[in-house]
Amino acid sequence: MAKDELMNYEKALEQFEVVIGLEVHVELNTNTKMFCGCRNEFGDEPNTNVCPICIGLPGSLPAVNKRAVESSIKIGLALGCEIAPNGRFARKNYFYPDLAKNFQTSQYDEPIAFEGLLQVEVPSGNSFTVQIERAHMEEDAGKLTHVGGSTGRIQGAEYSLVDYNRAGVPLVEIVTKPVYGAGAEAPELAAAYVRSIREIVKGLGVSDAKMERGNVRCDANVSLRPHGQEKLGTRTETKNVNSLRSIERAVRYEIQRQAALLAKGTAIIQETRHWHEDKGATSSGRPKSDADDYRYFPEPDLVPVQPSKEWIEELRAGLPEKPADRRKRVQAEWGFADLEFRDVVNAGLMDQIEETVAAGAKPQAARKWWTGELARIANSQEKDVIDLEISGAYVAELANLVEAGKINDRLAREVLTFVLDGEGSPAEVVAKRGLEVVSDDGALIAAIEAALAKQPDVLDAIREGRMQAAGAVIGAVMQAMKGSADAGRVRELLIEMANK
Amino acid sequence: MSELIYKNASELAQMLQKGEVSSVELTQAHLDRTAAVDGAVHSYLHVGPEAALAAAKDVDRRRAAGEKLHELAGLPIAVKDNLTTTDAPTTSGSKILEGWIPQYDSTVVKKLREAGMPILGKTNLDEFAMGSSTEFSAYGPSKNPWDLGRIPGGSGGGSSSVVASFQAPLAIGSDTGGSIRYPAFVTGTVGTKPTYGAVSRYGLIALASSLDQVGPVSRNVLDAALLQDVIAGHDPHDSTSLPESLGSMTEAAKKLDVKGMRIGVIKQLSGEGFQPEVSARFNESLELLKNAGAEIVEVSCPSFEYAIAAYYLILPAEASSNLAKFDSVRFGLRVTPEGAPTIERVMAATREAGFGPEVKRRIILGTYALSSGYYDAYYGAAQKVRTLIQRDFEAAFAKADVLVSPTAPATAFKFGEKLEDPLAMYLNDIATIPANLAGIPGMAIPNGIAENNMPSGIQLLAPAREDARLYQVGAVLEKMHEEVWGKRMIDFAPMLEVKN
Repeated sequence: MAKDELMNYEKALEQFEVVIGLEVHVELNTNTKMFCGCRNEFGDEPNTNVCPICIGLPGSLPAVNKRAVESSIKIGLALGCEIAPNGRFARKNYFYPDLAKNFQTSQYDEPIAFEGLLQVEVPSGNSFTVQIERAHMEEDAGKLTHVGGSTGRIQGAEYSLVDYNRAGVPLVEIVTKPVYGAGAEAPELAAAYVRSIREIVKGLGVSDAKMERGNVRCDANVSLRPHGQEKLGTRTETKNVNSLRSIERAVRYEIQRQAALLAKGTAIIQETRHWHEDKGATSSGRPKSDADDYRYFPEPDLVPVQPSKEWIEELRAGLPEKPADRRKRVQAEWGFADLEFRDVVNAGLMDQIEETVAAGAKPQAARKWWTGELARIANSQEKDVIDLEISGAYVAELANLVEAGKINDRLAREVLTFVLDGEGSPAEVVAKRGLEVVSDDGALIAAIEAALAKQPDVLDAIREGRMQAAGAVIGAVMQAMKGSADAGRVRELLIEMANK
Repeated sequence: MSELIYKNASELAQMLQKGEVSSVELTQAHLDRTAAVDGAVHSYLHVGPEAALAAAKDVDRRRAAGEKLHELAGLPIAVKDNLTTTDAPTTSGSKILEGWIPQYDSTVVKKLREAGMPILGKTNLDEFAMGSSTEFSAYGPSKNPWDLGRIPGGSGGGSSSVVASFQAPLAIGSDTGGSIRYPAFVTGTVGTKPTYGAVSRYGLIALASSLDQVGPVSRNVLDAALLQDVIAGHDPHDSTSLPESLGSMTEAAKKLDVKGMRIGVIKQLSGEGFQPEVSARFNESLELLKNAGAEIVEVSCPSFEYAIAAYYLILPAEASSNLAKFDSVRFGLRVTPEGAPTIERVMAATREAGFGPEVKRRIILGTYALSSGYYDAYYGAAQKVRTLIQRDFEAAFAKADVLVSPTAPATAFKFGEKLEDPLAMYLNDIATIPANLAGIPGMAIPNGIAENNMPSGIQLLAPAREDARLYQVGAVLEKMHEEVWGKRMIDFAPMLEVKN
């Protein structure tokens, strides 16, 4: 991969205005696929959830999954969109082996939802209005695995395998209008937008919303134009950026890369680009022109989706509370300071903390675990904290073990790593690995006496009221017992011994 | 040779019910007939004696056990080879599907099996139903039993010739622009294209999804009615299938009364361009209707002038997309070219080798018509013509209960006569195409013999969902034709030389 020349970020923003556009694919969590009765399930044996319809056997016909339509309408309504009274499906024609029929059943000029708005807050506290152009229904393609060759890409592969389990899984594609005026915060806005979409679809219960499983996928369009120029610059579309931090990094990278090219007078090529998380760079994909000819035409095998007004209103009435209202409510309920709460929101941790509090943890404890230790672990694994494989219930259990004095903070961090490794619940890990703090006086007194043997002056010092001297013994006891001693009890015992 | 095979299906059904003949006997009689004549006629691409006799035996056993059976139980039938069958290859007349045995039964085949009708075999057709003569079948043409040097019509020449040569009492056809009605016309048989959506398309290998419709082929109006009643009905697998029942065709065929009915003669489908004998027979039929108490009115459908042009844009457009799935990846032919076998090259080589000339012609035409920049001028304009044709029909049906025209401009042509002139070939369908564009039902019945000793025929058209009117008027006309000519039309066909 050739190394791109990058312009200093601040300098790029001095010279150019950034325009972004985001396409987010949300995989719906319906029981069955979009057009057939096959299970919609991630991770099953390849080609087990398939039938004549989703592998496109001759003669087979699609039939629309009503639940998928319902989910799509809910998403549209949550984004403030109009719902089309006559949503037509269309065929997008192109040949590719993961596409069973060699056309994708999608929507074109009559999407189910259109013209919406989403208010998105970035970490600085600034808020932007993102205009939604459309949200349309379509089916996912199968999954290709390229075998042989080093890159895992089709070039150089010996052969390729196709898994059609994902073929026909329902998707909603949400497309924004061009977003202007985010300036230096464009990368953060892109990530915050996708985070909001995740929150919304998760809140609606229509998607599992896990980015690492591809439940939510983002294509980021970036273009630059000199300040004051009306005509939009040539855009690139960075495909399938699969985590929030990658979105931010990819947009930032494209700004710097395009700025360097434009400053040299080199034209930007309209193309798709791939994001490489390891290299922190994008690379050229295939050229993409506006004249890409998918030969769209109305899908003749399906009748238009015509949701009744009553149904739409019923779905609207059943929507969960608006994200802004919810934020106000939970901040008050949890008693978080503004800055504390903003950290939670920016990390997209509201659902997790709500779940943890619901499972019995105190709000502040829940916040500390999620924004502290868990965020640190996620960061070290280059993941988003919400993608960690741990439930709110487990975090609550952990916090309560600490609260009850069964384990201390240090032990709790140790327990956490085993929980994340899948060894079971915190209580199970504590039991299995014997990680409970020792508050058994016999064992503690033995350790204290051993420590006092090396530091005989300490008891005198305590008697004289110099309590800080106790620290050395407590430290020695902790060290001897590998951190599992109940420090509070050690202190109490020491005072008792001194006063005997 | 058993005399049974010359009887009408309704008569045979009664004999089966009364136990005067067993299904095994009847099925065997037809299989014997096939062994004797199909070498010359070539109606079948596949004959399945074992499966047919097993099904017949099962019906006989159930009848003997006193089970309540379907009215047509035990009556054997032939099925056009573009409907999927799990126990017989399904090729749609194409090399690209040679030897393919589907994993599922089409809904129509399922209904035939549920009714206890043994399936004798799969009948020949122009490749993917594209043609008017079966000359475009990849497996060679079927012959017209009236004159083996002439075409049996297309695309369903296998189904028309199979009933015309008494190899089957009934057959299933499919009609996209006349593929049931034109073959009926040239072979002196009866064929109905039901209202679009009356019969499920699930398992019908699609030609043009918005035009295709499955229907009955027989030697007699009542027989066609009996068969339409077996295969019609809503199918959740076909979103375009009508939710409501259209009533009993059999009852309509038994009314034998047309007094006071208004019969509309379509001005644009008579006179100039029609063979004089075809026009003469048509006028005789009108006289008969008048004598029977019907009122003859003239209606005008000015947009029919553009029907063929519109049809040959819409059909290829949909076909180009429907046929994209034939790419060697999941089923059917796979051709590996010399050199590096990339997926693109394998797909291209397979389609190059697997598709015949007419299929390629239409794929190219359709791809072009859908291309960006041409869509509005071609596909878009064709859809507008379609709307105009629908309006013409609406206006015409305000004046008449049933419309009539000659089914085609001329009696059966000779092999090779139109092979080099696609436009001349396409003109055979001038009278049948409007019904498909409007989604209305049409029926073709024979109405006498032309001077070249070939049969001629009349087409009846009714408003959507009013298929029953076709059977009501058709049965009356058929009865009067037989009175005038002294016997069934099919009995004018010369006896085929039988090979023992």
